[in-house]
Amino acid sequence: MSTAIPERPPRARTRPAATRTVIDPAVAGAALRESIRKLHPHAMMRNPVMFIVEIGSVLTTCFLLRDVATADAASNAFNAAVSAWLWFTVIFANFAEAMAEGRGRAQADTLRATRADTMARVRLPDGTEVTRPSAALDVGDHCVVSAGEIIPGDGDVVEGIATVDESAITGESAPVVRESGGDRSAVTGGTRVLSDQIVVQITARPGESFLDRMIALVEGAGRQKTPNEVALSILLTGLTIMFLLAVVTLQPFAIYFGAEQEMVVLVALLVCLIPTTIGGLLSAIGIAGMDRLVQRNVLALSGRAVEAAGDVSTLLLDKTGTITFGSRQAAEFIPVHGVTVEELAEVAMLSSLADETPEGRSIVALAIERFGLVPPDRPDAVMVPFTAQTRMSGMDFPADRHGPERRVRKGAGDSARRWALEAGGSVPLELGPIVDSVSSDGATPLVVIDDTRILGVVRLKDTVKPGMTERFEQLRAMGIRTVMITGDNPLTAAAIAREAGVDDYLAEATPEDKMALIRREQAGGNLVAMTGDGTNDAPALAQADVGVAMNTGTQAAKEAGNMVDLDSNPTKLIEIVEIGKQLLITRGALTTFSIANDVAKYFAIIPAMFSGVLPALEALDVMQLGSARSAIVSAVVFNALIIVALIPLALRGVTFRPDGAAAVLRRNLLVYGLGGLIAPFVGIKLIDVLVVAIGVH
Amino acid sequence: MSPSGFLQAVLLVVALGVTVPSLGRYLASVYGAGHTTSLRGDRVFLPVERRLYRWFGVDPAREQRWSGYALSLLAFSTVCFLAVYVLQRMQGVLPFNPTDRGGVSPQGAFNTAVSFVTNTNWQWYSGEQTMSHLTQMVGLTVQNFVSAAAGMAVAIAVIRGIVRAGGSTLGNFWVDLTRTITRVLLPLAAMLALALVSQGVIQNLDGSTAVRPLDGVATGQAEQLIPGGPVASQVAIKQLGSNGGGFFNANSAHPFENPTGLANFLSLWAILALPLALVVAYGVMVGSRREARVLLAVMAAIWLSLSAVTMLSEQHGNAALAELGVDQGMSADQVGGNLEGKEVRAGPATCGLWAGATTGTSNGSVNCMHDSFTALGGLAPMVHMMLGEVSPGGVGVGLMGMLVYALLAVFIAGLMVGRTPEFLGKKVQAAEMKLIVLYIVAMPAALLGFAAAAVLLPSVQAGLQTQDAHGLSEVLYNYASAANNNGSAFAYVNTGTDWYTTTQGIAMLVGRFFLIIPALAIGGSLVRKQRTPVTAGTFPTDTPLFGGLIVGVVVIVAGLTFFPALALGPIVEHHAR
Repeated sequence: MSTAIPERPPRARTRPAATRTVIDPAVAGAALRESIRKLHPHAMMRNPVMFIVEIGSVLTTCFLLRDVATADAASNAFNAAVSAWLWFTVIFANFAEAMAEGRGRAQADTLRATRADTMARVRLPDGTEVTRPSAALDVGDHCVVSAGEIIPGDGDVVEGIATVDESAITGESAPVVRESGGDRSAVTGGTRVLSDQIVVQITARPGESFLDRMIALVEGAGRQKTPNEVALSILLTGLTIMFLLAVVTLQPFAIYFGAEQEMVVLVALLVCLIPTTIGGLLSAIGIAGMDRLVQRNVLALSGRAVEAAGDVSTLLLDKTGTITFGSRQAAEFIPVHGVTVEELAEVAMLSSLADETPEGRSIVALAIERFGLVPPDRPDAVMVPFTAQTRMSGMDFPADRHGPERRVRKGAGDSARRWALEAGGSVPLELGPIVDSVSSDGATPLVVIDDTRILGVVRLKDTVKPGMTERFEQLRAMGIRTVMITGDNPLTAAAIAREAGVDDYLAEATPEDKMALIRREQAGGNLVAMTGDGTNDAPALAQADVGVAMNTGTQAAKEAGNMVDLDSNPTKLIEIVEIGKQLLITRGALTTFSIANDVAKYFAIIPAMFSGVLPALEALDVMQLGSARSAIVSAVVFNALIIVALIPLALRGVTFRPDGAAAVLRRNLLVYGLGGLIAPFVGIKLIDVLVVAIGVH
Repeated sequence: MSPSGFLQAVLLVVALGVTVPSLGRYLASVYGAGHTTSLRGDRVFLPVERRLYRWFGVDPAREQRWSGYALSLLAFSTVCFLAVYVLQRMQGVLPFNPTDRGGVSPQGAFNTAVSFVTNTNWQWYSGEQTMSHLTQMVGLTVQNFVSAAAGMAVAIAVIRGIVRAGGSTLGNFWVDLTRTITRVLLPLAAMLALALVSQGVIQNLDGSTAVRPLDGVATGQAEQLIPGGPVASQVAIKQLGSNGGGFFNANSAHPFENPTGLANFLSLWAILALPLALVVAYGVMVGSRREARVLLAVMAAIWLSLSAVTMLSEQHGNAALAELGVDQGMSADQVGGNLEGKEVRAGPATCGLWAGATTGTSNGSVNCMHDSFTALGGLAPMVHMMLGEVSPGGVGVGLMGMLVYALLAVFIAGLMVGRTPEFLGKKVQAAEMKLIVLYIVAMPAALLGFAAAAVLLPSVQAGLQTQDAHGLSEVLYNYASAANNNGSAFAYVNTGTDWYTTTQGIAMLVGRFFLIIPALAIGGSLVRKQRTPVTAGTFPTDTPLFGGLIVGVVVIVAGLTFFPALALGPIVEHHAR
């Protein structure tokens, strides 16, 4: 097998969404070819609305060909124009879908290159090794992977520890550690071992691996319609039937007036009325929604989950790492009676000079920041590390020209007390109350001791990430309740919850508690979203409506969740909810727009159809269009062009602002409802002016 | 508009505003909102109801799923259909036939049986010349009660589907039917009938009375027959139950059905009271007055504006006459306006107000000739029916239709708040959407399908007043009336032909059962669902904005379906002048 390190594939996926243009020329070219290929009736049948348009295109083309010899030039030009624009309507809709898929395809190609020709060294039960292509691996095979080699398939590390470059999957270039046992044992096929050697037990059949699923997802291949999309398709089909009814019965009414209509005109009317705008863009909106998640390095393993994300009403967020930094930081020095706060700060700083834990560093930083203290240069000092027995850490300073030998410590209240008493010191009376009051605030008290003397307490506090309070505020406005999950005691949990501004908290949470909470919320009709990474999160991830597994997590967690965050950033849950909402809003906005459009088309086409026979209907020609034919052609052209015009919106999604439902509705109804009513009047009139200018009468 | 017509409209709105809320709360209590064990009025009504349950073998405690509810309704309607059909065919040999009416023809009997079972009360015949007193009393009046009660029961079942969460049953059809009749319709109809009798509506079992007219010599008519019959008892329920089928051919333009201004006013109130009160009951049952208020506002807005169109255009008069220099203005001794087909004692504005009420409610009783309306004056009642009879619609079925439209509005626009659509906490998904589509397609299919076929038939064309836009309006109006179970007519056309009686019979069946069954199924689907709690992210359905949205959906869905047909009918007629 090859030991040469392959070129790292170019990173396509990790560019931030904002820098990517919506329509990439290279993708557009391929999409154009694809949209012709999609004209195959078998492919069109998936979309009833556009299938009707295709049938209409075929019909009008047939009528054009039938009449081409007998009809006059103007009629032929009219028939040709209508036929051509009906075909464009279908192609534009296909183009939208192909564009959405094309954006994923480039990424899929990159991923496929990773998967291509890996050879695996399989260790047989007797200890011998055979080389076998990765495509021939079975579940349960043990593969040996050394530094520089590609991991041949998804699996768990059963032996050894190694650093792994997962950038092909995650786009993150910093290597990660994978080791046997515990929560960091999962490896993904296609990633590369950088150092050491591991043995991987294969857990996924070739073709069903994470990478395969990812390729299928970003390509949009085998995409299932999501529940709401299915419901919407039913409505669109229903509306299509209604308009079919209206158009089919129009002919007898026309015959009654002795004004039998040409079939081309009736087909044109039908196509203009049926909801082609949303019908043509519906699948593109869905694919683009998934793609927006991929842009943020989240893989939704089902479209259903993306939709559910919009509906989420309860968000379970782990405290540590999501709401807070997860490290306790020094917030305050509280001296006991007779000690100045500066003295306490200085000793606390001394005790932490060599302490590389975040807590230790934050004590030094706070002392410097608050009191301008300068850490002394004492390379001779000896660090006394924290142990589970002493539950204290500190520094021993040997005697020098500044003073005698000095031992400074910081530690938990009872250990410090014991230390002081053993060293012959005393415990100040107010220490107890200070320690208690700090604890009751949810903070951690660290008692500082200078040899025998207890000086006071450093208040260590878990810090809420900046901006979280505002995020929760927005979520609340959107009607989403956040529940903080923490292993802390209720006091600490309550204090952090208050500070972060979450709506509720679950303290001393066990996996069972979490599960019970999800069930309770769901029983009340709420949809629950959560993140998790450990194996013990798996049941809760599976139970939640939106379960986002961290990519660093275990295979079990990734299997259980319905999304995987490749960045392993739990805060992203909030973005996922927003993307879900944006997807639904885009769908609703274009549906409303599409239906509102029809009003203008009636005003264009109905007077035109009967212009010769029923002059009374001229009163309805509010747009004062050029002629009967120019009016019909203009409506058809507008109908086709509006699809193209809305492709960027469908792919990008409607601008989402976190706000209450009433405000969002009002804004969107104004833009897409009223806008949809007015826009076609203006558009059709403009096109009509152009059409008349090029000489259609 | 004439002052009296305007005054009548204002008084009507006030009278409804005063009475509808308490009537609605009473309805809610009848259907067991709040109490399940004992209801107000049990002491009076329960013994009667118990006896009925025993006779018919009904276990009132047994609840039904939507399918059981629907099957019960279908079985009940079939039995009623057969009874009315046989009664008409046999009336010649049955008692209470003082005027010796023979059996009705098979097609005619089919049409009438369907018409009264579906709460349409389309009448191809003239009552006093076709039906015996027995048929009128035991056949038609009974159907006036039970078809109205069945419609109300269905609405209540659909509401239960929305209100209940995680169950499977919608109530018991037989119990809802019985209670509606005993506790609502019978007491109200009895009171109204007495009030009408006080105004001069007749109530007897006499045949025709021959009198010598005062102007007999001048008209060459030696004798005039004055009809008798049990009129008040039928008129009261025809108005209360959105039935509309008159005892006489002239319906509420006949002095024995609608003798005075007060009788006219009481009738208008009775037409609108129960459909509106059911919305109030809905508010009580879902526990939100605001929800009910939005639907009431939507209904009132559509009803009042379309009524105003007819009132104003009728009062404005006929443009063709104006061109001839005829003065149609109102003066001290002239009511003015377009008076063709109207009783002078009513006048154009009063007729317009009635037309709005009767077509807004699928009632269908008339106090003037709708075919004689001006183009716009006739367009408004037609539109009223084509909107699907939801403003406020027939008793029960109107509210049912409005709820379906509300679900549709939620589905179309609800996505725009970033959640999958939900109505009162119930998700609207593919299963409901299929049923909603069935619901909204059925009526236009019957209406446009039969109308389109009809205009091509020489026999139909020959029966039209004129073979132009107005002729098309006549065909459209008559099928709109049948497919929406209204029953009023552009009555120049002879609709006693086999073609009309058969196709309109089918249209009435479609308009009744192809709407009720999907609606019940929607209730059955919703009742299984958990309720999503209301949050700031929930689509608000109790705001004026949502009311506007429903109006938009109702108008656009119907508008887009019927615009071409309406454009060729009344709109051409209007602009041709």
